[in-house]
Amino acid sequence: MASLSEFLSSRLEGDLISWQAQLEAASRFKLTIGQIEEEILNAGFLPARYQRNRKTISAAEQLTLFRSRVVVIGCGGLGGYILEELARLGVGQLVAVDNDVFEEHNLNRQLLATISTLGRFKAEVAAERIASINPSVEIVPVKEAFTGENGERLLAGSQVVVDALDTIGARLLLSSVCGKLAIPLVHGAICGWFGQVSTQFPGEDTLGKLYLRCTEDRGMEKIYGNPSFTPAAVASLQTAEVCKILLGRGSLLRERVLCINLLAMEVDELQL
Amino acid sequence: MIKVTVKLFATLRHNRFKVAEREYSAAPTILAVAEELGILREELALTMVNGVLVSVEHVLQDGDTLSIFPPVGGG
Repeated sequence: MASLSEFLSSRLEGDLISWQAQLEAASRFKLTIGQIEEEILNAGFLPARYQRNRKTISAAEQLTLFRSRVVVIGCGGLGGYILEELARLGVGQLVAVDNDVFEEHNLNRQLLATISTLGRFKAEVAAERIASINPSVEIVPVKEAFTGENGERLLAGSQVVVDALDTIGARLLLSSVCGKLAIPLVHGAICGWFGQVSTQFPGEDTLGKLYLRCTEDRGMEKIYGNPSFTPAAVASLQTAEVCKILLGRGSLLRERVLCINLLAMEVDELQL
Repeated sequence: MIKVTVKLFATLRHNRFKVAEREYSAAPTILAVAEELGILREELALTMVNGVLVSVEHVLQDGDTLSIFPPVGGG
């Protein structure tokens, strides 16, 4: 019987391995789809699903993404899009944390909220969605709220944490646990036509400055709510920051905040 | 007279303005400017003067540019 590397070589189209071949390899060699993916990337080939990444993200970088672990706290408006984009990007290990279930008022903006997911746990629905998009990704759904008790356990071993929460107190708690564990945090928040994005590295206190004066747990979104496009826009900016941190490329939003105004179509940058 | 440029961001522009020149007979605090504009204290998440983060008790000087950002916390 041919070895795995011989099998993969025999199924190459250029340097691409099709999904069908990846599936066959997993079945024939009794390995997971993820293990086959790592083998393909290790050999310098590319699973065909990533072929449109290649001029943006090299095969070596694709392997780095595959070996990365990202924790997304909150699977609602921001988190749903972020998880989707990270899975399509090819980040190999995702943890989706949310203790909420989908409700009717989520349908106007949350990617994973559909008629059939109403009443279901957001973290579980996220895991099913990701399994249906990219089975190479190992997704751990956690149906718990992020707290001081479980925080360190949930974030352990991750390279980046994403703040997709919806209360200020929980965001500040997340910021402090990330600081303690020395993990970079990508922050995003939305309100009506408006949003903000920032990246906080260990030792920095951007979130502390952003919310220093907030005595209430919610910002102006408690009045204005959120439409469909604001979470999608801000989530995409957050995902780009995660990608750059994992790959060590580009310029990050460290100690600065992008304030996005989709009504005026203006972006302002604050140095904090 | 003390002239101050006030820039408002996000929700604070509703029924107000994006940028305006304001005049005061005496140097006002940020809190006084906000009060005059009907902006509540809880809406003053970030207040910056000439690009530097300052407290709401900060006293504005002639020629200052004050930028006010509301709290944004939704997800």
